Amino acid sequence: MLYREAGQFKTNYVADSAIFPLRQDRIGLGLIIIAAYALAFLGNSFLLQAVMIPFLVFSLASIGLNILTGYTGLLSLGTGAFMGVGAYACYKLMTAFPEVNVIVWIFVSGFFSAAIGALFGLPSLRIKGFYLAVATLAAQFFLQWCFIRIPWLVNYNVSGALDAPLRTLFGTPIMGPNATPQTRYLVVLTIVILLTWLASNLVHGRIGRMWIAIRDMDLAAELMGIRPLQTKLLAFAVSSYYCGVAGALLVFLWYGGAEYDVFNINQSFFILFMVIIGGLGSLIGSFFGAALIFILPIVLGIVLPAIMSPFGISVGADVIEHLRFMIVGALIIFFLIVEPHGLARLWQIGKQKLLVWPFPY
Amino acid sequence: MRAPDNPVFAKGDVLLAVENVSLGFGGVKALTDVSFDIRKSEIRAIIGPNGAGKTSMLNCINGFYYPTEGRITFKGVKRPKMRPYEAARGGIARTFQNVALFKSMSTLDNIMAGRSIKMHSNFFWQLFRHGPAMKEEVEHRRFVEEIIDFLEIQHIRKTPVGRLPYGLQKRVELGRALAMEPELLLLDEPMAGMNLEEKEDMSRFILEVNQQYGTTIALIEHDMGVVMDLSDRVVVLEYGRKIADGTPSEVKGDQRVIDAYLGVAH
Repeated sequence: MLYREAGQFKTNYVADSAIFPLRQDRIGLGLIIIAAYALAFLGNSFLLQAVMIPFLVFSLASIGLNILTGYTGLLSLGTGAFMGVGAYACYKLMTAFPEVNVIVWIFVSGFFSAAIGALFGLPSLRIKGFYLAVATLAAQFFLQWCFIRIPWLVNYNVSGALDAPLRTLFGTPIMGPNATPQTRYLVVLTIVILLTWLASNLVHGRIGRMWIAIRDMDLAAELMGIRPLQTKLLAFAVSSYYCGVAGALLVFLWYGGAEYDVFNINQSFFILFMVIIGGLGSLIGSFFGAALIFILPIVLGIVLPAIMSPFGISVGADVIEHLRFMIVGALIIFFLIVEPHGLARLWQIGKQKLLVWPFPY
Repeated sequence: MRAPDNPVFAKGDVLLAVENVSLGFGGVKALTDVSFDIRKSEIRAIIGPNGAGKTSMLNCINGFYYPTEGRITFKGVKRPKMRPYEAARGGIARTFQNVALFKSMSTLDNIMAGRSIKMHSNFFWQLFRHGPAMKEEVEHRRFVEEIIDFLEIQHIRKTPVGRLPYGLQKRVELGRALAMEPELLLLDEPMAGMNLEEKEDMSRFILEVNQQYGTTIALIEHDMGVVMDLSDRVVVLEYGRKIADGTPSEVKGDQRVIDAYLGVAH
């Protein structure tokens, strides 16, 4: 009954084209953001370190891929590599210029992956669909080869690994072994909120319409005067920027150190699944997808033993592990059958139903 | 909406001239030595039996194909080989035989997408959806709302176009083309698959666009009643060749046209 459109009149075009036209949605969003910040002070370090930080990092990477695959309709399997470019660029920058704050370098490192992404996006003018996916696969393999074979990228570190140096913000360690999960969570959360807001502005404006036009009907888009190559390359660049920042966050604010193999093809598929299950062409879907694929298995690992023990069933950790895979797999299939357009579509249908509840329409 | 004012081209001047255009795909000749012109502010119909090369002709005009021979002059300048988006930026808009809308977008967004070439705020402001970007968005929204009013599609403003019935989709597509403020509007079978009432509505819109804004229109249509009523001049194609050109009444009486449509006794 609280979720109603009635009485909210739009008297100008600015209000009518707002991203969240409904007051209840705006309040809801505000509450979620407040809750997310409150979690930094209420949650324990396991929740922050093992659940929330990776969830946010994967959400950001999913937003990146969603801009490319969901909004512009260009299938990419190079996400992992583009994340890697961001991470390696960030490492080089912050070790070369340690006096500049690392937050700056996290944002700047995205530009490196944006440039690389745009370069590997060039074939997209001529090919699309699976063929483009194969072309981006070349980026995945080539860049991963660079990560292994160019020791300069890791400052000739003999282990070949990236490690997070100690970096501070306002005197508080936010990176490196001394940074607490709490501060790292706050940094990641702020970056993700900021970048999500910018992405949402982009996709709701002229540029977003051009991307969707290319996805829905590229011939007609070209006849509207939309330049296909520039529009597609922009999508590649923006998408890779997001992936690059996500990659830097993944290594330096979550793992604390990593080797080249976190940016392998599995990572690309992992993000792609999140985007497909969350909902192609939806920013909120990116969060849903990351939650379903990343958080759900963790929750099951905790919940399954808890619901089995009262019945006197004690199962080994290995069985729980198998059950987790089976349940998550079954749920993915279930959701895809119920709503092939992803969780975001389910969410939208739910909201529409709620608007007119208890009436059917 | 305001008429595109171009002092050089007054009503009646030749806006687009097609001279000796041939188009071949390998051994297949789609067009052979076709010449005609389109004058400023007229409604020019291109008719002919199926496979006569009408759509190929439109595709040549808006840059999908480049003629193998002959030349196309637009606004007095011979056109170089160009991409469709360059033709669009030059002032040529088009609708398709089978609707080519952006299905997942709303009516409003579809027509707004047609305004893309008129919008110039840079990436930075787009990122913040503020300042010039928002000002521009509102300005163009106002223009788009005028088109929506004109085409009487206010009630479906926020409906994703994929869910609309066919007749309305055609109307939205016309709106999207109008959003570009074209000098030359190409309509490929705007009334295909419509019932009588929808055809009458569409005819009214075409006439109003032409009369109020002085937009030059070239249309392909199979409904002869519509063609004869709407158009100022008609060009008839058969097997890629021009067989007649003139006012509707001239064309109607032309023996070759009658033969092309009704067949000749052998």
